[in-house]
Amino acid sequence: MIRTSQEAAARLTRRGRWSLPEVVFWAAAAASVVLLPDRYLLLNEIVVIGLFALSLDLILGYAGIVSLGHAAFFGLGAYVAGLLAKHGVADPFLGLGLAAALAAALGLATSFFVLRGTDLTKLMVTLGFALVLAEIANQAAWLTGGADGLQGVVMGPVLGFFEFDIFGRTAYVYSLAVTFALFVVARRIVVSPFGLSLKAIRDNPLRARAVGIPVNRRLVAVYTLSAAYAGVAGALLAQTTQFVSLDVLAFHRSADVLLVLVIGGVGYLYGGLVGAVLFKVLQDNLAAITPQYWHFWIGVLLVILVLVGRDRVAAAPQAVWGRLTGRRSAAPLRLDPKPVEDA
Amino acid sequence: MLTILFDGIAYGMLLFVLACGLAVTLGLMNFVNLAHGAFAMAGGYVTSILTMRMGVPFLATLPIAFAAPALLGLVLERTLYRHLYSRSHLDQVLFCIGLVFMAVAAVDYTMGSQQQFVAIPAWLQGRVEVLGIQMGVYRSFIILVCGVLALALQLVLTRTRFGSRLRAAVDDPRVARGLGINVGAIFAVTFAVGSGLAGFGGALGAELLGLDPTFPLKFMIYFLIVVTVGGTTSITGPFLASLLLGVADVAGKYYVPGFGAFVIYTLMIAVLVVRPQGLFARAR
Amino acid sequence: MLRRTFLTLAGATGLMLAASAGALAQEAIRIGLILPMTGPFASTGRQIEAATRLYMQQNGDTVGGRKVEIVLRDDTGVADVTRRLAQELIVNQKVTVLAGFGLTPLALATAPLSTQAKTPQVVMAAATSIITEQSPFIVRTSFTAPQVTVPLAEWAAKQGMKKAMTLVSDYGPGHDTERAFTETFSKAGGQVDNLRVPLANPDFAPFLQRVADAKPDALMVFVPSGVGSQFMKQYVERGLDKSGIRLLAEGSVTDDDILNGMGDVALGAITAHHYSAAHDSPENKTFVDAFQKANKGMRPNFMAMGGYDGMHLIYEGLKKTNAQGGEALVNAMKGLSWTSPRGPMSIDPQTRDVVQTVYIRKVERVNGELYNVEFASVPNVKDPVKAAKSGSN
Repeated sequence: MIRTSQEAAARLTRRGRWSLPEVVFWAAAAASVVLLPDRYLLLNEIVVIGLFALSLDLILGYAGIVSLGHAAFFGLGAYVAGLLAKHGVADPFLGLGLAAALAAALGLATSFFVLRGTDLTKLMVTLGFALVLAEIANQAAWLTGGADGLQGVVMGPVLGFFEFDIFGRTAYVYSLAVTFALFVVARRIVVSPFGLSLKAIRDNPLRARAVGIPVNRRLVAVYTLSAAYAGVAGALLAQTTQFVSLDVLAFHRSADVLLVLVIGGVGYLYGGLVGAVLFKVLQDNLAAITPQYWHFWIGVLLVILVLVGRDRVAAAPQAVWGRLTGRRSAAPLRLDPKPVEDA
Repeated sequence: MLTILFDGIAYGMLLFVLACGLAVTLGLMNFVNLAHGAFAMAGGYVTSILTMRMGVPFLATLPIAFAAPALLGLVLERTLYRHLYSRSHLDQVLFCIGLVFMAVAAVDYTMGSQQQFVAIPAWLQGRVEVLGIQMGVYRSFIILVCGVLALALQLVLTRTRFGSRLRAAVDDPRVARGLGINVGAIFAVTFAVGSGLAGFGGALGAELLGLDPTFPLKFMIYFLIVVTVGGTTSITGPFLASLLLGVADVAGKYYVPGFGAFVIYTLMIAVLVVRPQGLFARAR
Repeated sequence: MLRRTFLTLAGATGLMLAASAGALAQEAIRIGLILPMTGPFASTGRQIEAATRLYMQQNGDTVGGRKVEIVLRDDTGVADVTRRLAQELIVNQKVTVLAGFGLTPLALATAPLSTQAKTPQVVMAAATSIITEQSPFIVRTSFTAPQVTVPLAEWAAKQGMKKAMTLVSDYGPGHDTERAFTETFSKAGGQVDNLRVPLANPDFAPFLQRVADAKPDALMVFVPSGVGSQFMKQYVERGLDKSGIRLLAEGSVTDDDILNGMGDVALGAITAHHYSAAHDSPENKTFVDAFQKANKGMRPNFMAMGGYDGMHLIYEGLKKTNAQGGEALVNAMKGLSWTSPRGPMSIDPQTRDVVQTVYIRKVERVNGELYNVEFASVPNVKDPVKAAKSGSN
């Protein structure tokens, strides 16, 4: 039991400290820049999807809001960044900022419709918004290029210095840096009192309301934040590939990102990134071996993953990790999606 | 325009026959069976192979298109699905997407990726004029079959012993078990029926919707829309919702073609914003 | 301790990633073939892949003393994935040519890369007119939507049809077809109404009812190839085939791959395209027989033709440059002409787009199977959109 506010504050600070595996995770990510020059393009895609999944984790893992339409924000961000660059504003960071702002605005506007009803209702309403947006983008061909895609996106150098190159080096470093920065922010947020109140809402909205948490306002806030994150992910994709097509808004984006997040584990922020690495590397390898039937093997793995149990699969590397560091009992990362909170 | 109304009803009925299996598994068993479309596809392929390659008459293939996916569903339920009833919805979704991926690739491998067809007998083709309304014969057939199906399902669920046992098993499996109801068997049978209905719908729908390996992914959204708009607690809900969506979609596309693609989605959002539980459901 | 574990982890991730890069042989010429192998357009990918393999089987796998290798990738129908795959093929696999490209946005997304890396890009399927303008390294062996639509509109006007209606899927190639038909037909004194159908549209009933109410002389249709069969069925179901409305269509609607399965509903449809499996020439007979023998009786369609001629173009180009790639290869491809199974064709030296005969065909039953039987032809058709721009036509 937490008795005093000081105690609570101390606890939050402790939770806010970076653990060893986290440091290693990011060190490995940084090392990949040097070690894997051949794979920048795939890595870039992984990072973008990872950030996108992270944005979904913010609402799903920390507030319990399911969504099957997160591509709406991703796509909006991509189009905003793409259009800016096409019409002469080539600075990447400006694009990111505006993409985040507009995606957040859309998130705020739609949040009032989304945060109602059962999980199924939420899934379908979010899905509906994404599909409507996709259709609008298709109809507004004069602006978006419609089904042909948005051409003529030419990005300026990052920070006025680093040009985007064909090997994807700048693209990857840029995406990775942005993702890391946003991750740090997200990490701060989820261990803040705000983040804790979200988890309280997720675990029991009634009780949360009873202890005086403004439930709806908190949910709207996190939904907006998540939308902004997704917008940035979309903008990164548009900027690094210098092309935007309608499929940034498509249903399969929303479904894939949910898949990636659930594979990696919900509710500990790393799930999206880990899931993106696993899913993309797997997909890339399988699709290179059997371009026609790689879906089958992904399917088999998903079924096995569920049957064996996601928790147990996720626990395996954790155990290995424990043995490696010699700290068997210390489980540094919580992989259980439904933790028992500070009681 | 009565013809438009007729077409709308026919389209709605088609949606219903495809989605009613999902209404059974999702609504009654509370299992998010996104692999529903895979069973529908199985039914479609059964009918396609039987009519096109073996020359079996269309009507005779329909029971098989029900039975084969039902059997498949039964086997999968006993071996895989039953371990997942108690899991979170996310687990169920993940599992089903895995199944769909496997089904898509397997069908692609065995049958090829091109469109498959169903041979419809001559007496089901063409049009008739009744009271000045032009009606497609096949569409009339679908309306008839679906009407009967909806009625039968409703009767089975509300009037029979099996129906009340099923509802008891869903509401509280432990108490139901305590009362001597064989919950496992009931779930297995219900799941098989749901899969069979999906296959039946796939067989009926293949003629109008087309049939290729991506069928389960292409139409998943439509199934879900019908079931959510209708509400998941009954069969009548999805039935009325299908009619509403079908008529609205067809009428919308006829009168404002430019807005055509938006109709069904906007309607869904509007309904769910006003009634988050679905149109015809009691709030739980 | 920290250092060791870190290295292990980084090493493991690295191995996993590096494993997918694959081994690189030095001397072979690689052709990066990016196709839709899964998803709704998978049959496009299958046809093209089968055709390229057939071409290599018939013509050997060496050109200019170097071995030719195909690296096949699944584009998954997504533009940014396609672009990434193309970029990896260029950077890691050092491909000499990129080929394939089933959908317009996917070809467009890759265009800047071709320019940047000076890698020729042979478009074997996508049919929107603008594609070849996006990079001086793009060469096309399929067709353009206006290229086949304009002759059809001219033919229709010549038959004395006055009032026409278009019904197209609401996306790039559909808009192209709609525009080409409307312009040509209006110029010939006809009157055209336009109707667009959403791409994800299971039921054509409301749109067909509008057509039935409008009672035009002709209905011009373009929908993606798989959807064509549903359209035809519903068209006949509504009794429009007996209503005096002539059905005209872009050739993809009566795709050879699935035409026979459509059944009698397809009979009598008038289409315009650059290739029919029933094309009457010795080259085509040999091609169709060999293709069917190699692919369990699957009938080659226009996609396979694009792939087959694409390979021919790459081979001939490489012969001329002595297996050199880059700008030399594109230049060698410009102006090449040959007799393909589809008929005479060439690559326009100015636009790098395909110049070919467009046939007007009618679906008929031949030896018990349905075929697009050619009954009129317009030789040497250039892409009308680009021809109008340069004023050369």
